[in-house]
Amino acid sequence: MIVNEETKKQQNSKSMQSYLAPLVRDIPPSGIRRFFDLAEGSKDIITLGVGEPDFTTPWHVREACVYSLERGRTAYTSNAGMIELREAIAQYLYDSFQVSYQPSNQILVTVGGSEAIDLALRALIVPGDEILIPEPCYVSYSPITSIGGGVPVGIETFAENDFKLTAEALEAKITPKSKVLILCYPSNPTGAIMTYEDWLPIAKVVEKHDLIVISDEIYAELTYTQKHVSFASIPGMMDRTVLVSGFSKAFAMTGWRMGYACAHPDLIAAMLKIHQYTVMCAPVMGQVAALEALTNGLEEKDRMIESYNQRRRLIVQGFVDIGLPCHEPQGAFYAFPSIAETGLSSDEFAQRLLMEAKVAAVPGTAFGQGGEGFLRCSYATSVAQLTEALERIGEFVHKLKTS
Amino acid sequence: MKQLTDLKLKVLDLLNEDARRSPALLATLIGVEEEAVKEAIAELEQDHVIVKYAAVVNWSKIEDETVTALIEVQITPERGRGFEGIAERIYLYPQVKSVYLMSGAYDLLVEVEGRNLREVANFVSEKLSPIDSVLSTKTNFILKKYKQDGIIFDDREEDNRLMISP
Repeated sequence: MIVNEETKKQQNSKSMQSYLAPLVRDIPPSGIRRFFDLAEGSKDIITLGVGEPDFTTPWHVREACVYSLERGRTAYTSNAGMIELREAIAQYLYDSFQVSYQPSNQILVTVGGSEAIDLALRALIVPGDEILIPEPCYVSYSPITSIGGGVPVGIETFAENDFKLTAEALEAKITPKSKVLILCYPSNPTGAIMTYEDWLPIAKVVEKHDLIVISDEIYAELTYTQKHVSFASIPGMMDRTVLVSGFSKAFAMTGWRMGYACAHPDLIAAMLKIHQYTVMCAPVMGQVAALEALTNGLEEKDRMIESYNQRRRLIVQGFVDIGLPCHEPQGAFYAFPSIAETGLSSDEFAQRLLMEAKVAAVPGTAFGQGGEGFLRCSYATSVAQLTEALERIGEFVHKLKTS
Repeated sequence: MKQLTDLKLKVLDLLNEDARRSPALLATLIGVEEEAVKEAIAELEQDHVIVKYAAVVNWSKIEDETVTALIEVQITPERGRGFEGIAERIYLYPQVKSVYLMSGAYDLLVEVEGRNLREVANFVSEKLSPIDSVLSTKTNFILKKYKQDGIIFDDREEDNRLMISP
């Protein structure tokens, strides 16, 4: 009887698979997800696998949200987001990165930076368009592109170039179908940044081939050796660029899901159409909190950045001491050391590191082409944990090399 | 008051978080040579900017609990010495943990620790109140410490992040 029930269930689930849109069904599961399941079950793990700040959202921000709830601020906001918040974002972007957007028609508040990227892609892609994506990169660009009907085209970047995108590599992947270039600097997972001089040749190629750029600048504030240069601030690039950012990283607000997009009014209008029919508006509580963060949270933000920088130095020194080659990460909060000389693949290394040394980190292969041979280690964790993790990695690597 | 160098301020911040950090670790975190950190610490100690490296203890965690009182003391200042002489007479008692000169309704705030209520009460009636220039005292016992020196005593806000996230 029970067996029969089971078979019936299986038959049902099989048939359900056949209903699914092939486009969605065929997306491979995230490499991170697989590793997540592995790590969750283990005990006494120190994790360097977390892609978010180790700070809780500052109290004044949480308190502002609670206060607004007490006053009953629970209704929809305007589709594009509260105008006060859009004005504050415009001012903040101008003060921080010298880019200038009209709050009324060039800024859209979204549910995290992720929604902004999805909206931009959906507003732009005609099925078959090629979307250029420098890799290794954040895990969602390629799947969102596919879901939107686009064709992801990876551009491999290399440790020798500090994982920067070069004009030659970009040019080599361009075809008549190329339409959008997705950029993410400072980079998750490599910690690479692009300087003004690095951007200029890229801008030339973008201009020459008439590309639109989606620039994911969610880690913009987290640069340590020089100030971030927004791609939108490069001469001639403003109208070609969708600047995507948010509050998750710099303001330690990941769970609030507060992001935004800034672009040409026509593009924002198109994105706004999708946004209003799918989510209506970003949650009002998060918008109130984000406004508080921009109004009174800049000092706290700088304090957090200084703290990441201290730990960045610690992890880089740690890999030098261990003897794992690691280019200097200049932004975000990730180090991306090479583990190639241990003879293991990224997956094997990460898996054995987790099982044998009780340290979780993400294999570079989860981030696309060029990730093989590398390991993403987040240093957004306490100095004590980081020190202990580095000791464990050191012992593990020593064991590998001597056995 | 001395203007501290940027390096010294950073050293103080990091030691204030955890006094057991080694000069080598501090040097890595700040991004300077270890020698520079050692020198800065030596000077800070010499100048008594760093007074002591002590543990912050949550005494309520152990059974042998003590009681602490914050005593508001009104005094008549002494001619020529103001409050200094009286303050010294009070702070030299080992059971006195801290003494602050205050603005407002009273003059000194005295933190006194004892094994029990009676011990603190005895200190007030036998040592503190009889001092000539002490006009009045008001004893407030501490019932629970939530936060001290910037450190929250409650076990809370554990890291609730996912182990792995993109």
